[in-house]
Amino acid sequence: MKHVDTALVKKRMGSRLFINNLGKTLFLLATLFGLVVLVVLIYRVFSQSIGWIDIDFLMNKLSTDPNRAGIQGAVAGTLWLMLVVAPVTMLLGVGTAIYLEEYAQKGRIQSFIQTNITNLAGVPSIVFGLLGLTLFVRGLNLGSIILAGGLTMALLVLPVVVVASQEAIRAVPQFLREASYGMGATKWQTIKNVVLPAAIPGILTGLILALSRAIGETAPLVVIGIPALIIPIPDSVFDKFTVMPMQIYYWTIDSALVSEYANLAAATIVILLLILFLMNSIAIVIRNKFQRRF
Amino acid sequence: MKGVFNLDKTIENNKKVNVRELIEQNKRSVTITTVLEKLMPKILFTIATISILTTAGILFTLLTETIEFFKDVPFIEFFTGTVLKPLGEHAQFGVLPLLTGTLISSAIAMLVAIPIGLMTAIYLSEYASDKVRRALKPMLEILAGIPTIVYGFFAFTFVTPLLTNIIPSLQPTNILSPGIVMGIMIIPMVASLSEDAMSSVPNSMREGALALGATRLEVTWKVVVPAAISGIIASFVLGISRAIGETMIVTIASGSSKNFTFDVTQSMQTMTAYIVEVTGGDAPAGSTLYFSLYAVAMTLFVFTLVMNLFAQYISRKFREEY
Repeated sequence: MKHVDTALVKKRMGSRLFINNLGKTLFLLATLFGLVVLVVLIYRVFSQSIGWIDIDFLMNKLSTDPNRAGIQGAVAGTLWLMLVVAPVTMLLGVGTAIYLEEYAQKGRIQSFIQTNITNLAGVPSIVFGLLGLTLFVRGLNLGSIILAGGLTMALLVLPVVVVASQEAIRAVPQFLREASYGMGATKWQTIKNVVLPAAIPGILTGLILALSRAIGETAPLVVIGIPALIIPIPDSVFDKFTVMPMQIYYWTIDSALVSEYANLAAATIVILLLILFLMNSIAIVIRNKFQRRF
Repeated sequence: MKGVFNLDKTIENNKKVNVRELIEQNKRSVTITTVLEKLMPKILFTIATISILTTAGILFTLLTETIEFFKDVPFIEFFTGTVLKPLGEHAQFGVLPLLTGTLISSAIAMLVAIPIGLMTAIYLSEYASDKVRRALKPMLEILAGIPTIVYGFFAFTFVTPLLTNIIPSLQPTNILSPGIVMGIMIIPMVASLSEDAMSSVPNSMREGALALGATRLEVTWKVVVPAAISGIIASFVLGISRAIGETMIVTIASGSSKNFTFDVTQSMQTMTAYIVEVTGGDAPAGSTLYFSLYAVAMTLFVFTLVMNLFAQYISRKFREEY
């Protein structure tokens, strides 16, 4: 009895192999599509910014005259914003992560907070903007100042820091904790002196990723009402401000009227991408250098 | 440290040491350490509740203002009205133009993101060698890390002019171009989540199929993809949710015409872009226009929340355990 019809198999083998190779090529092309878009995008932005980025562009204040306009205020605003976002998310994010990983009993409350964080990560950023507008800008009557923007942003990127910190804390092996308890340390002493130092590279990586999300985020800031034209440079968290993405936004939509604004937007994008690139490089260095494997 | 030190001292003085008593004594004594020990769980719990308060805050603000809105505009009119004319004397608040704008742009985005994202995932998980994978994955991460405002700029200044060469009737602001760019933005998300799902399919299943004489493609299509389908579908649903909530790309490249149409060459406004437009125009607090902001945001929030919960449900319920 013949189980396999060899002739039929042979007949169909050619087309099966052909389809297999076709599939492989197609999948490769799809993968390369992303790469091509990335290259085109970066090439476009860089080529449009050529001749527009110089010291004057970085040091000048905002102006309606494209040749004199600079992004000093936007860069300063971004830095100020980060000064609010970084400590607030660090405190809230790491605190939440420690509670969930070290203190919370497995049960309703813990899984409720965990599910809540997962869902919070999926809420569109513009909804956070409305929360900030209602709560900080109008509710606390802060106005569109750095503090209001920073707190809104901090809540937006909170899930990133919580999840990264949780993973970092979970990766600290149990025997380190047990050794600490064995020496007579209390739970908090163990967390402070053993768990956190071991988890800090992972936490910092998460924080940097969260900050690079916050630096590029635009929608919530539009919603809380950052105006188009702000000339003074902020010098405290209670000042009005603008940030680089806002500047890109206004220049892009106005580029239909004044075509040079497209170049200014491209130049700002280049600076923004460079900052993001720098931050991500730092995150990678931290991850590779200080991450200890147990 | 403290316990050991006390012990040494008492031995020098030739006194008897009752360790149990010492421990009890230490426990009773109020020091910074003992206070912190009791306080820290409470402080940390308070911090952890802030994430819950954020959700509660979002729900509360959206709900209260939405209820105010529905006092002015009937519920039915909002969800069946095809005209959105928020300004002027005879203001009309029909959400359908925004809903079609959102759904059409998301549909275009998914038409780009699902095939390309899935094929990228298949290539990375089933075909690429370790070396190639390690070279290509950072590229996807870079693509995922580019701020959406940059994609908006790209859509407006590059993709739209490019498409105008192919479709001459394309408006300077239209829904097609931001839809495509949104799809490109979502590719990394679909690709990496699907790849995670496919990578967790055990190798023994692939080897079994290969040993039976299947080609790589047959293994992928008939074994790996069906086994990973829950994770793959979840990645699609999360991608849709991301597209619905995306703001800056559509705001920049699709303009603010509240057209109720299915013609993708026209300018359409999405729910997110409407929120940007109204908040940018300084709607006076208490006006119907101001409340409409929250009604639209509530609709948006419900849409994305349902999508996210659905994705979690799929990946939990239909996960194949090996």
